[in-house]
Amino acid sequence: MTMKLSRKEVEHVAFLSRLALNEREAEEFTRQFNQMFEQFEKLNELDTSQVEPTAHVLQMQNILRQDSVRASLPVDEVLANAPDREDGYFSVPRIME
Amino acid sequence: MIMEYEVVIGMEIHAQLLTKSKLFCGCSTEFGAEPNSQCCPICLGFPGSLPMMNRKAVDHIITTALALNCTVARESIFARKNYFYPDLPKAYQISQDDQPLGEKGYLDIMDSSRRIRIRRIHLEEDAGKLVHTEGEPFSLVDYNRGGASLMEIVTEPDIRSAEEAAAYITELRSILRYIGVCDGNMEEGSLRCEPNISLRLRGAKEFGVKVELKNINSIRAVQRGVAYEVERQSQILNEGGTVIQETRRWDEANGVTISMRSKEEAHDYRYFPEADLVRVVVDNAWLNRMAAALPELPQARRERFIAAYGLPAYDAGVLTESKEIGDFFDKVAAISHDYKAVSNWIMGELMRLLNETGQSLEQTHMTPEVLAEIIALVDKGAINLKSAKEVFEESFRTGKAPSKIVADRGMTQISDEAALSGIIEDVIAANSKVAEDFQAGKEAALGFLVGQVMKETRGQANPAIVNKLLREKL
Repeated sequence: MTMKLSRKEVEHVAFLSRLALNEREAEEFTRQFNQMFEQFEKLNELDTSQVEPTAHVLQMQNILRQDSVRASLPVDEVLANAPDREDGYFSVPRIME
Repeated sequence: MIMEYEVVIGMEIHAQLLTKSKLFCGCSTEFGAEPNSQCCPICLGFPGSLPMMNRKAVDHIITTALALNCTVARESIFARKNYFYPDLPKAYQISQDDQPLGEKGYLDIMDSSRRIRIRRIHLEEDAGKLVHTEGEPFSLVDYNRGGASLMEIVTEPDIRSAEEAAAYITELRSILRYIGVCDGNMEEGSLRCEPNISLRLRGAKEFGVKVELKNINSIRAVQRGVAYEVERQSQILNEGGTVIQETRRWDEANGVTISMRSKEEAHDYRYFPEADLVRVVVDNAWLNRMAAALPELPQARRERFIAAYGLPAYDAGVLTESKEIGDFFDKVAAISHDYKAVSNWIMGELMRLLNETGQSLEQTHMTPEVLAEIIALVDKGAINLKSAKEVFEESFRTGKAPSKIVADRGMTQISDEAALSGIIEDVIAANSKVAEDFQAGKEAALGFLVGQVMKETRGQANPAIVNKLLREKL
């Protein structure tokens, strides 16, 4: 099987998603990604030059709301799942600027 | 050898839209609330929550697109821009990639001598705010701003100098305020601008390496920051070096730009359509409604003030910078036809007092009728200019009617020749030496005598009549 997607690209995608892959997983995902690619290659055989790209499968449009304020959550609930908090803030490892 | 470079600047601005609630949920957008007190499952990106778009935010984008001569997309879609950063709880920002709401417009600046093309205007959600404390191993996140409605406006690389960059922001901010879509407050960050700056040899086709500038909190900072960056880059190029593509922040206190040292990852946002939102279709009715509600814009108003009122270009520029002041001028001018006087009062006393008190016009007691009355009192000689300024200030602060202030404070100008005659004779008698100097041809001596008469009348004498009488008697 010719590899359309290299292992390096799979590792890059994993990095962007902050996923740590071990050796076995990197191999396995590379293989699986390439299988998926092949499926899409198959679809690509269809002539879609006359078809508009689909952004959404629903034909609905303009689902909009009025600009009105509703109650927010209590701060304690907002922070309930935070691994760490400080004075009402979420606390995260330092971001360098 | 010093080369001649052409400065190439593109501007990206982010404007917080004036909506009461956020873009996709009902959380308040009020500034200055307790950290994380304006959040809900939608703007925090909790699993299972679904966004629903704020109609007002879309209205604001359409209005802006029209004001900036853009084509409004009849069909627009939203996309997820994916990146990991703690200011983004969902790890993606709902934004627009292809099919933005506005495209291909322009904004004229520098008295219409320069046209800056607008590439696109789109709607997206704002990110949260990060707080870094010096020396601490953590950063703090406040998501109150997260999910608020934000407009991005991107120009083509048409700006050619620091002055043009500042002029562009000034004009754009003025327009956004006129149409009521953004408060334009750069200090609080409701209007943020990020110029990207590069240099190329004059006549070159290729663009040079660009540097993006952040942390610009005022129009003055736009001009200074860009000017600094142009200077820095030309020095590097003149020394045979190469400019590094990076993001730099403007350090206002030291007047320099500093590299942000953020990890220079290739931007890889992997945009894809946001399946939680359906498309927005702008039909003729919607578009026409927005177009009809568009107010007169600053440039048109400037031109009208010059043509209709015969004002100097400078006055027209000052009077139209804010819609509130321009509206006020129109209202006074409808009553008082001494347009230059109206302009002088507004640019002088009114703006001085507004600056001094930090108030907006509607917070004060000044009304078009009051200013028109004061101008009329001066015109018919009832009070002199000095008294008029005192009357103006008192009306501004208390709302008391000018005629009442004049009466209560006994300010009525003395224009009666008989009444002034005696005082003038006394002044001449008491200053015979000066009177003789004048008679000997020393013209300046008259000024001193006029001053003495004014002093005797506590400033209420009509200076023109005093002048005339003095000359007659001498």
